[in-house]
Amino acid sequence: MTQALTAYDVARTVTDPEMPMLTLEDLGVLREVTEEGGAVIVAITPTYSGCPAMATMRDDLVHRLRDAGYDDVRVRVELEPAWSSDWITERGRAALAEHGISPPGPADHRAGPVVLNLLPTRRALHCPRCGAAEVELTSEFGATACKALYRCTACLEPFEHVKEI
Amino acid sequence: MSHSTPDPNDAHGSVFDGLLGSDDSQWAFGTDFEDPLAGVDTTMPEGVAPDALATYCVMLADDALVLSHRVSEWCSNAPDLEEDIALANIALDLLGQARLLLARAAAADPTVVPALPEGSPVPPEDALAFFREAGDFRNVRLAEVDNGDFAHVVCRILLFATVRLALMERLRESRDRVLAAVAAKGVKELAYHRDYAGRWFLTLAQGTDESRRRLVAALEDLWPLYPELLATHAVEDEVATAGVGVRPADVAAEVEVVLEQVLAMSAVERPDRRALAGVRGRTGRDGLHTEALGRMLAEMQVTARAHPMGQW
Repeated sequence: MTQALTAYDVARTVTDPEMPMLTLEDLGVLREVTEEGGAVIVAITPTYSGCPAMATMRDDLVHRLRDAGYDDVRVRVELEPAWSSDWITERGRAALAEHGISPPGPADHRAGPVVLNLLPTRRALHCPRCGAAEVELTSEFGATACKALYRCTACLEPFEHVKEI
Repeated sequence: MSHSTPDPNDAHGSVFDGLLGSDDSQWAFGTDFEDPLAGVDTTMPEGVAPDALATYCVMLADDALVLSHRVSEWCSNAPDLEEDIALANIALDLLGQARLLLARAAAADPTVVPALPEGSPVPPEDALAFFREAGDFRNVRLAEVDNGDFAHVVCRILLFATVRLALMERLRESRDRVLAAVAAKGVKELAYHRDYAGRWFLTLAQGTDESRRRLVAALEDLWPLYPELLATHAVEDEVATAGVGVRPADVAAEVEVVLEQVLAMSAVERPDRRALAGVRGRTGRDGLHTEALGRMLAEMQVTARAHPMGQW
């Protein structure tokens, strides 16, 4: 195989195993790709501490880079700075919306103690299917660690929202 | 009926081969263990004893690991699907924190890891999780007691997440880079856990007579275990002095403010219950546990212990 593409070009096309409409680059999980004396070192960061997709992401990166002719690939986990939903790119947000998943709003980066919130989280969202603003939160936890469950009260369809962290 | 134990190293293949197909990358769980700290700089900060840092990490890890297991027992048993998923998510976050912290403990001081047969592929974090006896676990007893009803798990997560969030907020400033990074991620997760439990606490308190009765009973039941979360163990004191850890006693005031807010909004009185005593001053942090932990570990560890040479 020839190395027509740079290692970054290859790594940036690898998609998230749980949200395959997103590349790891668009999700903000792909932090860095460096080439050192024939070896490729890819740095990724988990969205949540228990993210079960990390092993699959690593394996996918190694496979894709090997297929592109990079034999020595090492995947490094970076824990800091901690992933933020703000790192999802504009292209990533558009891809989420196009696939019926509501993209996250801006994360709260206030310093100091986290304020207790006993009321349902208020987010100004639109139904990704019909565009209506009349939506209600079903649960702050969804099918994957990074998503909340919503329901559109206009078209009555449920949908997922990527949480702000 | 008997089944022979599948040997994953058998040259003739194992029963799992069919699941893999021809491409290992299709195996959803990966084909080998992944070190959760792979590539993370685990250099020891100066001025802290490796065994103290490792023990401190084990304490934080065991809290998360044991409660994660208890919360995961709710899977398929919650009142509805949404709560089932929420509890499973909380358990998963805690498990992730436990993995990182156990791996950190093993990197700081490898002597904390139980010895396994030579050639065993079991990584240190799993050796710590599955091959220690109850007396070697350092978790607070609140994490280990048997589950009760839904109000019980709501109260348990509220007390646990409120304290752990306050600890992790300060731990972000730890001189140990790994602990600081684990804490920074943990804060974001625990904020969701605390809000979740706080909202359900309020909902159950203001729901029906029955939901309120159950909530008050659950809080009464768990309250004797709460002071242990805010007690400072000698090891915690040592690592806090070294700028690496946090004394639970130092976050007690802010924890109380948050709990008072939840109790006041819910119009629930603070229980008048004394702390569950230890034995000769020893509590969960010293490895002194209720018998519930032994039974829980028996179930949690049985498969791993049956296959100390197993590759998962």
